[in-house]
This record gives sequence, structure tokens and C-alpha cells, in this order.
Amino acid sequence: MAKPPKAFATTGRSRKGEPLVWLTALGLTLGVLMTLWLLGLVVYKGCQTFWPDRLQVFEVKTDSGTEKVAGYEVLDRDRRDGDGNLHHEVQLFRGNVELYGEKFVFLDSSSIVSREQADDLLLVERLAGGNVIGRAKAIELADGSRMGPEDPSFEDELEALIEVNEDRRDELRDVEKFQIGKNSKRIKELELKKRLIADGKVGGSIPEIDAELEKLQAEYEELFAEKVKIEELMKARHLYIEAVDGREIVISGESLLHVLRPNEVGFFGRLGEMLRRIWNFLTMDPREANTEGGVYPAIFGTVIMTIVMSLFVTPFGVIAAIYLREYAKQGPFVRAVRISVNNLAGVPSIVFGVFGLAFFIYFVGGVVDGVFFPNAEEPVYKSGGILWASLTLALLTVPVVIVATEEALAAVPRGVREAALACGASKWQAIQRVVLPASLPGILTGVILAMARGAGEVAPLMLVGVVKSAPDLPIDVTAPFIHPERQFMHLGFHIYDLGFQSPDSEAAKPMVFATTLLLITIVVVMNLAAIIIRNRLRKKYATSSF
Amino acid sequence: MHEMVTTADRIDERVSQAAVEVRDVDFCYGSSLALEDISFDIPSSQIVAFIGPSGCGKSTLLRCFNRMNDLVPGARVTRGTIHIDGVEIHSPEVDPVELRRRIGMVFQKSNPFPRSIYENVAYGPRLTGVKDKGELDGIVESALRGSALWDEVKDRLEESAFGLSGGQQQRLCIARTIAVKPEIVLMDEPCSALDPVATAKVEELILELKKNYTIVIVTHNMQQARRVSDQTAFFYLGKLIEYGETSRIFSNPERVETEDYITGRFG
Repeated sequence: MAKPPKAFATTGRSRKGEPLVWLTALGLTLGVLMTLWLLGLVVYKGCQTFWPDRLQVFEVKTDSGTEKVAGYEVLDRDRRDGDGNLHHEVQLFRGNVELYGEKFVFLDSSSIVSREQADDLLLVERLAGGNVIGRAKAIELADGSRMGPEDPSFEDELEALIEVNEDRRDELRDVEKFQIGKNSKRIKELELKKRLIADGKVGGSIPEIDAELEKLQAEYEELFAEKVKIEELMKARHLYIEAVDGREIVISGESLLHVLRPNEVGFFGRLGEMLRRIWNFLTMDPREANTEGGVYPAIFGTVIMTIVMSLFVTPFGVIAAIYLREYAKQGPFVRAVRISVNNLAGVPSIVFGVFGLAFFIYFVGGVVDGVFFPNAEEPVYKSGGILWASLTLALLTVPVVIVATEEALAAVPRGVREAALACGASKWQAIQRVVLPASLPGILTGVILAMARGAGEVAPLMLVGVVKSAPDLPIDVTAPFIHPERQFMHLGFHIYDLGFQSPDSEAAKPMVFATTLLLITIVVVMNLAAIIIRNRLRKKYATSSF
Repeated sequence: MHEMVTTADRIDERVSQAAVEVRDVDFCYGSSLALEDISFDIPSSQIVAFIGPSGCGKSTLLRCFNRMNDLVPGARVTRGTIHIDGVEIHSPEVDPVELRRRIGMVFQKSNPFPRSIYENVAYGPRLTGVKDKGELDGIVESALRGSALWDEVKDRLEESAFGLSGGQQQRLCIARTIAVKPEIVLMDEPCSALDPVATAKVEELILELKKNYTIVIVTHNMQQARRVSDQTAFFYLGKLIEYGETSRIFSNPERVETEDYITGRFG
């Protein structure tokens, strides 16, 4: 008995789904998972950097008995030694470089006799030499006498010492950086002028200059004396710390930054400490070969460079695209240009770096120096700087903007163009008043992509102006305020430098994650800003739904 | 051929008041002939309807009048002349931009600019250099009144033009066109995307505009041609088959193709 035929046979496929659809879903899932994993790792590790861990005292077996060491646990892992035996070990941050030489140590679990949390341990942050872990022993007062931690006013004294030194550090920076800097700049100028007069190139009287130079020299000596005085004042007082093994560490007031008792503070205390650390990270200059302190100059450099790059790349790319799409006679030549532009996006970025070095720095910079600074002792524009780096990146990202703009122009409905022309607009008037506004959201998408690409690029920058440490920002309060020739720091390069060029890679590891997190955050924030602008424009210039 | 002569004779009677004179025009897209040997006159201050099946060349001819076909690569008039106010529009001294200011056009799909209602209407006058705010306000108001849209939009001039309904958008496009104060208004199936109510409004408006403008309207809607136009031209396969008073064309066509088309036997 045959079954009666069904009117609509259901195939297996429509029940189980198309295998290719499953494959595409799988691909997307994998991509999303990997991205989430990467982001999660960076966010977790980046935040962990700032969270104050509890300090522990470990008692460790040695050849001659036991030894105490204090610190916080960084890593917990199994390691296979040369004979194939598994060892469980703990990585400890113990600080106190002058006692141990290294900030980090691996302890074999089998050698740990005991571990305990001791309440009175201090974590002292220093300007140089890294953190110190130990117990407070004494503080040196203004009259030279010592006060022990048992004294009820010990805490207040310690706090006052930190505060007064903070003020003195500001004072010192003012004297060193601004006053002495201004003085020596003026001396340099006068000396150059003197030389020029001696050569007969410009007019002027040498004795007059000599008199001013003498005055400046005197002023310099005065400033230098002031600087030494402040330093002496800061060095005069000390904090004495006793490490858990009984040895003493003397911290000069000059170096003392912050004291925390991580085992005594509660959750909110630790949260406050975390915020303080994040704030310092964002606002301070780097110290200790970039492994400590903040990344403020790098943030500044990254943001300024990206903005300057966008300012160059947007008009340039848009103008090029308008000509290509609207005016150029479409034919084999324009097609070749278009293909070349697209392929430009695939050229390795280091090649752009080399080009930037050769063209912008050596050639353009050389010409600028020859014309405007013929007497400068050091090259001004003929060396890497933020202007050249921005231009190099603009060149690198211009294909993105051109392609996006062309697409946006092509997407403007033909009817709108014809309407503008039928109203008596010339071609340029139609483009300027109707076509460009309508394609603005698409153009901005291109700029967003270009910014994201530019902000994350590192390799070409290393050739055209990014350096490991540049304490002078490209924009500051000394005339002429904007210094496009200055070298600068960049977060991307900072990551590379910390992770792979640092003398103490263990100490730099947390900073690598924190800096990565920051770079991602900055790129996201800049993109969000551009996206918000784009959405506003899209609403304003919404294309016809009719 | 003798029909053509009759048509030409009729044209000669009012050649003095002709706004557009088309003589022996051939038109090509690349190598394919789209219009062949077209000759007729469009009298001023009248409404002329172009009817015919799709692809018969009526839109092409319309777009010749304001040289919109210049934008299409390979499209050109290969023979004949088009005189508007006695000037051959393809002669080198005629600036197409200037020509389009004098000959406005309304398109099949309403195509307001992605800007405010006010800016849409003020676009044309601004191009001719009107900067004074008071003068612009006046032009915008009279153009919107002229297109019977003023009362509906006077309180929201600064809002986006896309907030208007389809019919309102089309009337806005008409306002935008007449704001430039053209002499001739070309309309390329202006009602084909509108519902009957909006169509009625636009038709009413077209009749109103007749007082001041010469209007050429392309339409697929026979009733519409009958309702609004004074003269009707029937095109078929790139040729002008018949041209004359609308009432005569619809009641007593001379050519059998015309009769077949208007009675719905083909097309």
C-alpha cells in the first residue's frame, strides 16, 4: 500500500537547516568569541594592574634555615624542570630592589613553610627604585630626631612629609623646566646672535649682548642655587622601613611618593587606592624606563597625532574622491588610478614610514630648515616630529577616505543631483550644496575607519618621530605653544617598548596590559565621538524614503 | 507624410506666440535612434501634454528642452533645431546652467533635497545670488503659495522636507521650480507616484500655474492629459504621430495609432 502523496513534501533540508548557513553562523561565532576573549583578557589584566593586592609574608626554606620575604602573589603556575618533574611555583612581587636586586621572585611551593597576612605591612611608592614593602621603623623629623611608629602623631607626620614634598616637587619642576629652560634658551639665542655679529651677517653691538649674557648667567646661578636648596630640603628628611627579614631601607624624602597599608584598608579603601593609581597612570609622566608612573605624554601624543592626521586626511581624501568620481573622464586611466589607490591600502605600513622619513623629514624638513632655520645648530624640522608622523599616517590612511567618499558620492540618488541642476545649479554648486551634504555620513564613516587605523599604527611612527620618552609635549605653555617639530610619545609604541624593550619585562607586564586597555579605550572613544556626529548628520540629511 | 504637413500648417498660424519651436529633430543614445524627425511648436501660456507608450521618446524630448540629456554619456541631438524664444538652445553661446534657470523641471519621483522645507525652496534663488533674508522669505512664501503648499507648511518651514507626504513633497518640488521664476515648466510624469487625492491637488495646481507659465507635461494617464492639457502630442516609437488640440485628439483622432492608444487597444 503506497502512502498517498503529500501536497507539499518537506525536504530534510528545510527541517534541519542548510549546512552552509550553519557554517556562516559558526564563523561569526568564532570571530565574536575570539574578540570577546581578547577584550576580556585585556580588560581583566588591565584593571588588575591597579587593584591593590593584600601583602603576605612567606617563610621560605633555604640552605641555612628559613628566611622571610613579603610581597603579593602575581602568578601561580606549574613548571616542568629539566628532568621532567612538575614543580608548583608562585611568583611574588617583593620590591625592595636595593636588598634583593630583582623585584620579582619565583618561590617553589615545596619550599614555602608558611604564609600569613600581616596587618602592619606598608607598601611605599618611590620616585626611583620601585616600591618598598616592609614595616615602618621611624621617620626623621625636621630637627633630625627620629619618631617611631608607636608615637600617636607618626601617621600625621608621615602624611605631612609626603604632602610638603609634593609641593616642593612642583616648585622644583617650575624652576627646572620653565625658569631655567627659559634662561638657557635665551642664552643660546644671544650666543648665536653674537656669532652672527662676529661674522658680520647682522648688525648689533657685541658688548651689549655680553652684558645681557652676564646678567642671564647670574640669573642662572641664582636659579640653580634655588634648585639645589629645594633638593637639599627634600633630601634632609627620611623614612626608615624595616623589611620583614630585619634589614633596613632608607627612603629619602625626595623619593617618597605615597604610603599604603594594603592589609588594613577595607574594600572602599582599596577602591580609592585603585582610583588613585588609575588617576596617576593617566596624568603622570613615566618613570623608571617607563615601567612605572603614568602615560600622560603618550596619551597626549596619540590623541594629538590622530586629530592632526584626520585634519590632513579628510580634506585631501574628499577632494581627491570628488575629482575622481565627479569630474575625471571615466576610462582606463581613471580605472588604473582607482585600482592603485585601493592597492595603496595594502602596502605594508613600514614602507610608508620609510617614505615619510625620506620625503617628509629629509627632503621637506631639509628644505624648511634651509629656508627658515639656516643658523640652527641642530635640525629643527629635519628630524622626526609629530607633524611628519601625522602626515605619514595621513598618507597611509588616505585610500580609506577616498574609497569611502567615492562610495558615498555614488550613493547619492541621481534624482537629487538632477533636481539641483534643474534649479539652475552649475555642477560644482550641485556638488557643494546638495551632493556633499547628502554624502557626509558616508564620508565620516571613512574618516572613522581612517582614525581607527591611524591610532593603532606603530611601525611607521618609529621612523618618523615617536620616541621612548619625550617629556616636552607638542603643545604647551612656552611660546609658540604649538611645536609641530617635537618628537612625541605614542601609546602603541609605548606598548612595544614596555613589552619588548624594557630591562625588566616582569615589572613592565602589568603596564603593558594597562596601556593596551587605554589605547583600545581611546580608539573607541574617538570613534564613538565620530559616530555620534555622523548620526546627527544622518538625521539632518536623511535621504528620501519615498 | 501629408499628415505632418497639415500639422505644420496649423502651427504656422500661431508661430508668433510659440514658446518652443522644434524642427526636424533626431536624437540618439549612442548609436540607437530615440527620436526621429520631430517637428512641432509649443505655444506659450498653454499646457501641452506628451502621451505615448513607454520608451516612445516623450521624456527624452522633454529633457532636450532644458538640456538635461547633456548629463547622459553618448546622448545627443544629431539633426534639427530647438528654438526657445527664438534662440537655438544647442548653440555654443547658450549656457545650459542659464537655460535651466529659465526652464524649470519637475521630476517623476519627488526629489526634495535632504534639507529643510525653507532651504529647498530657497535653493534656486540663492544660486542666482539672492542673499537678503527678507527677499528670500518673500520668494519662498510666494513660491509655496503658488504651489498651494503654504498653508500646510508655514509653521514648519525649518523642518526636514522628508517629513512631508508624497503629494506635499511633489508640490514642494514644484514650489522649488517656480521659485526660480522660469518661463517654461517641464513636468515628467509628476503624478505617477501619487494617490488620486494628491494627483487631483497637483492637477489643480498645474491649471493654476498655466496663468503664468508655459507647461509641458509628460503623462501616462490619458484622463490626466484630457483634464489638464490644451494641446496633446502622441508619440510612438520615437516619432510624433499626431499633435493638436486635446479635445480633438481625444474625440476625433486623425491617425489610427492614436485612436488605438487612447482607446486602450495597445500601450
